[in-house]
Amino acid sequence: MDKKIRILLAKPGLDGHDRGIKVIANALRDAGIEVIYAGLRQTPESITEAAIQEDVDAIGLSILSGAHMTIFPAVKAKLHESGADDILLFGGGIIPDEDKVALESSGIGRIFTPGTTTQTIIDYIKSSIA
Amino acid sequence: MRPQSDKTRELARAITQIENRGAGYEAAMAQFYRTPRSGSYRVGITGPPGAGKSSLVDKIALNSRYFGDEIGIVAVDPSSPFTGGALLGDRVRMRDLAGKKNIFIRSMASRGSMGGLASATKDVLVAVEAFGKRIILLETVGVGQVELDVVDACDTVVVVLTPESGDSIQAMKSGIIEIADVFAINKSDREGADFFAMELSAMLDLKDDRLWRPPIVKTVASTGDGVDELVRQIEAHREYIVKSGLFASHRIEQIERRIRETILENIGNMIDREILPQAELRAAAEQVFSGDMDPYSFIGGQIKMITSSLDNYKLFIGNSKGNR
Ligand SMILES: Nc1nc2c(ncn2[C@@H]2O[C@H](COP(=O)(O)OP(=O)(O)O)[C@@H](O)[C@H]2O)c(=O)[nH]1
Ligand SMILES: [Mg+2]
Repeated sequence: MDKKIRILLAKPGLDGHDRGIKVIANALRDAGIEVIYAGLRQTPESITEAAIQEDVDAIGLSILSGAHMTIFPAVKAKLHESGADDILLFGGGIIPDEDKVALESSGIGRIFTPGTTTQTIIDYIKSSIA
Repeated sequence: MRPQSDKTRELARAITQIENRGAGYEAAMAQFYRTPRSGSYRVGITGPPGAGKSSLVDKIALNSRYFGDEIGIVAVDPSSPFTGGALLGDRVRMRDLAGKKNIFIRSMASRGSMGGLASATKDVLVAVEAFGKRIILLETVGVGQVELDVVDACDTVVVVLTPESGDSIQAMKSGIIEIADVFAINKSDREGADFFAMELSAMLDLKDDRLWRPPIVKTVASTGDGVDELVRQIEAHREYIVKSGLFASHRIEQIERRIRETILENIGNMIDREILPQAELRAAAEQVFSGDMDPYSFIGGQIKMITSSLDNYKLFIGNSKGNR
């Protein structure tokens, strides 16, 4: 038996920069993870739907648009509504420290800010999903 | 009735169980095989990377002919042979399908199977059908072994090429041409589509010995141009194979191969476990290496052991039949 970690990476909101998330997608793949990349401009609904269909262990969101305080809770709520609370939700982006603290203490997983190494993210995923 | 998301989640988890060969996987598969799946139809969409397969799948699933149908999409991409990881990006081109409750999309990595389709893929198709999907679209990258696997797994195979494929047509002659039931020349908004269609058609003339001649359809997946005709040809092929009886005979052959493969897999495991454990195999190999033994005598001994237990088995079967 060969259990693989599956991660959905998506970029909600309107900003069109996907360089960062693609770097992470490649790094996760190189770490032996199956990465499902959903692309840009995803909504909480489309993210939740994809996560359930793909039966992922975790969802990673990249948010650069400043909308993190609405999007993370919205995805969290959608997951809850769909009975998918077991899917880990984490993310990253340009997020002020106080928001990071607020999100992390609201039951959302780790929030990574610029400068985080991909190895840190990989270690986080592997230790959270056993 | 259960809410839609429950059923979706159940199917999604069943697929994971199949992929991981997780506990209870065989019992689950047995159940799926017993679930009525009649009326389901599998269309393989294959071709080189970047040809526009995912974009076409997106438009096919939205075609009016399939309006409201239960559709299952399985998109397979290669795993990295070095790390076992995979980057599965087909959903990016299927964004129009978001929110459609009748459409289920699953991305799969090819995992261990060398260059071929994950052997789990065929099981996954059965599971998707058992969950009520009637049109199954299987997207695979058409290189090497996958081509034949797609034929094995699907009822109609659409080979997606682009005008640029004309340059490598010699190379493609080898395999991908033979497996097509329908050709899509995608990116026909680009130069050379007509010329390529002619070239391809001329090539088909050379081997026009079949009852079904694969039609060539020019498509532009990004706008949807030609997709209606593509779906029409897929359905024409479906009608042809259903009426001629090829549909049933092909599926029966698929099941034959599946049974045989699975038995061989089990026998292989049994041999590793019961007859030739790793340590013993290693000892034999070392003896062959040092010149103390030739491999054939050793193999002969092993086979003799297996056949003698087979003989015992036949004797046993014979007796038990006689006692009835
Ligand atoms: N010009 C043009 N580009 C297309 C067409 N179909 C797809 N593409 C683009 O080709 C690229 C690859 O498409 P994709 O569907 O991912 O191809 P796949 O790798 O075969 O699944 C994407 O950038 C698409 O937008 C088409 O008909 N015309
Ligand atoms: Mg694709």
